[in-house]
Amino acid sequence: MTDTATEPSRRTSLKGSRGGEAGDRVFSGLALTAGIVILLVLAFVAVFLLIESLPALWPEAFSDQDTIESADTFWQYVWPLMAGTLIASIIAILLATPVAVGIALYISHYAPRSIATPVGYVIDLLAAIPSVVFGAWGMTVLAGAMVPIYAWLNEYLGWIPLFGGTPTTTGRTLLTSGVVLAVMILPIITSLCREIFLQTPKLHEEAALALGATRWEMVKMTVFPFARAGIVSSIMLGLGRALGETMAVTLVLSPGIFSWSLIQSGRNATIPSEIALNFPEAFGMRQSELIAAGLMLFIITLAVNMVARWIVSRHKEFSGAN
Amino acid sequence: MSKRIDAVDLNVYYGNFRAVEGVNINIEPRSVTAFIGPSGCGKTTFLRTINRMHEVLPGARAEGRLLLDGEDIYDPGVDPVTVRTMVGMVFQRPNPFPTMSIRDNILAGYKLNGTRMSKSTADGIVEKSLRGANLWNEVKDRLDKPGSGLSGGQQQRLCIARSIAVEPDVILMDEPCSALDPISTLAIEDLINELKDNYTVVIVTHNMQQAARVADKTAFFNIAGTGKPGKLIEYDDTSVIFNNPSNKQTEDYVSGRFG
Repeated sequence: MTDTATEPSRRTSLKGSRGGEAGDRVFSGLALTAGIVILLVLAFVAVFLLIESLPALWPEAFSDQDTIESADTFWQYVWPLMAGTLIASIIAILLATPVAVGIALYISHYAPRSIATPVGYVIDLLAAIPSVVFGAWGMTVLAGAMVPIYAWLNEYLGWIPLFGGTPTTTGRTLLTSGVVLAVMILPIITSLCREIFLQTPKLHEEAALALGATRWEMVKMTVFPFARAGIVSSIMLGLGRALGETMAVTLVLSPGIFSWSLIQSGRNATIPSEIALNFPEAFGMRQSELIAAGLMLFIITLAVNMVARWIVSRHKEFSGAN
Repeated sequence: MSKRIDAVDLNVYYGNFRAVEGVNINIEPRSVTAFIGPSGCGKTTFLRTINRMHEVLPGARAEGRLLLDGEDIYDPGVDPVTVRTMVGMVFQRPNPFPTMSIRDNILAGYKLNGTRMSKSTADGIVEKSLRGANLWNEVKDRLDKPGSGLSGGQQQRLCIARSIAVEPDVILMDEPCSALDPISTLAIEDLINELKDNYTVVIVTHNMQQAARVADKTAFFNIAGTGKPGKLIEYDDTSVIFNNPSNKQTEDYVSGRFG
């Protein structure tokens, strides 16, 4: 063996191969496959939903009946469900977001480490509780506890349609479902926001402090703008879970026809719980109706995500990534 | 505008570790003072105690007195936020807020104070500050673009403009040119020369030529060894420090025999 052979040879020409292309090809192949699989799965689900729901969407052409079973037209059947789903999810987001952002901020920028770490663990623990447990808790504990609050809301704010009507005596209303959903999505939003808040570059925070910012002003000036896209994404993840949540809502809500009042029981329903309650006994046209309702939920979720993307990309130039 | 700085027996600690020991220094208003010394000698730490920015790090504290025109900034009744509005700072790496436009970066300090101002007043402040930082001609057509789109030297001048916009009394610069090319460095040094007409400027630098070029007075910090606190060794007119230092350590350092 000569001396030159043991030394790493210096390349003198741009031609020829360094080796390692095989690994590169394998990796790009794997990445491509993963990407395609995701698209295929999505496409199959979409196609399944579309085909199975055609009889309900257009009974004259795709079934031997003229109308669907539950209502005169499919839209009449599905819009109260869509409205119920959206309202419950919006309640959940409105309640959970400020609390979650506040907790995340407290953990990331205010609390001493000895408190921040245990609080973080507890929040993560909340995320590990199965939704059926949340549902049972909502039904047995929260619903009862909410009854006096509903009575109060009805008495003093009853002129707002949302709190009008006869208040519930069981507490099993859409608003209770929204509160349970809020508790469920709280840990998701909190842990994501905490991670994002911690990513704020120290230099930017110091730049704000050195200008004479108080801690809160520093947070407003650097942490929130930096975390903007992340906060929106975490809210959308939470919203996604709230929209699709079946078990908790099914256990808490006593469903019924649509009503603007959120504090009456036996009113409103959501798409996932409607499907869960009725699918086992459904066949034929009824099954198509439920699957078509599922398709609507799919479309709502897609639309919500596209809006979120749009919100995030509007401020791309100022994201700090450039 | 422009205040004198006096440190009296100032010690700086990180937890139990004493990083800087017993600094006594008097810095005149409307002057440029350079801190030089090897890495880890406490010059940046001391600089950050002048606007209480060292407190941002957990466990850091200062003992002793630091007087700004005779007022102790470590007095228990003094809010560090107030100190920092009076003592601006420019950092080693340019740090314009990436989420703000050039214009908003300049006005950031005013936004904090909650100052309401007309658009024309704001425009005036933006132009004055950018002119003051010799940046106006380069950015006047893209004030609404993000500050992060500028070159490194431009970003650093934007940061200087941002700190002079609120008209502080003192401007601290922590190695403001170490991430910049020679042309940008020259632009910043020219700017420092102009700034001393209105402000007390304190600059930390590793570049001794830079200290010789810009500073009226120079302070040399040194450290006896790892784990030992940094100390102020000698403080005098820049020409004395570089040509006729009275301390052997200073002489060794400025003549390149050490550090």
